[in-house]
Amino acid sequence: MIYSVQVKVMPLKELLDPQGKAVMGGLKNLGIGTVEDVRVGKNITLQINAASPDEAKQIAEEAGKKLLANPVMEYFEININ
Amino acid sequence: MKFGVVVFPGSNCDRDMYDALAYDLGQDVTMLWHKDKDLSRFTTEDCIILPGGFSYGDYLRCGAIARFSPMMQSVIEFAGKGGKVFGVCNGFQILCESHLLPGAVLRNKNQQFICKNVYLTDHTNKVYKIPIAHGEGRYYADEKKLDELEKNGQVIYRYCDEFGTINDEGNPNGAMRNIAGICNATRNVFGMMPHPERACSDVLGNTDGREIIRTLLMQEQLVH
Repeated sequence: MIYSVQVKVMPLKELLDPQGKAVMGGLKNLGIGTVEDVRVGKNITLQINAASPDEAKQIAEEAGKKLLANPVMEYFEININ
Repeated sequence: MKFGVVVFPGSNCDRDMYDALAYDLGQDVTMLWHKDKDLSRFTTEDCIILPGGFSYGDYLRCGAIARFSPMMQSVIEFAGKGGKVFGVCNGFQILCESHLLPGAVLRNKNQQFICKNVYLTDHTNKVYKIPIAHGEGRYYADEKKLDELEKNGQVIYRYCDEFGTINDEGNPNGAMRNIAGICNATRNVFGMMPHPERACSDVLGNTDGREIIRTLLMQEQLVH
């Protein structure tokens, strides 16, 4: 069965995210001034052919660890629909 | 010694590096295609260079995809045997992604692509003027790793002002502890964000890069 797996990759919380800062500046300029912080990451969708949701999750974990995220600067979360 | 310059799809400083080595420094240089794997003509006395550019369009993260190219498997093996590997700019990013060098290179603090001359200094406090051209050049590692790098003398270049003072004004991208270039613990893999190959020719009005390439790669006793 094909599982659609979402991998959310975000910059580590302790790291400065200049992209998020720039977006927050844009929001303030728009008049949306109550936003306290913005962080920008990536959402990656994988279509995984696997026997079970657990297997699909395991494959996504491996992909996340080996390529999709760099643990020095990012963390990732997996969601199966 | 011989040099090999790897050409990835999206490399754009490979020819600059070739010209600097072949014509300004009079070295034996070969271009290496990323899909090939053969490094048999090189010994551990030689040096493989990963040039600047935008390998694989900087997709996912700078250097992340290049790490898996066939030639990089051979380069990783070559480095493991003690061969010299030198990465500039995108090449530095590839070395970090390949775990040949510790840490990571993040988006510049000011969110801009910066293309200008900056000043660097080394362990002798000599000041070099070298161009940078990058959007992701902010070197990052955790405090423990940074302490370890400093203790081992693995920080080889830091950003400074024109007088050699290491300060925030001289740091173009927000790099941790002004780090512009590092080497691995065994001192055979080197990476730096600035482009010494763009400062090797008299007609360009700056030849500080020649000394960097000579010091880093062409001395028997590697820098400490």
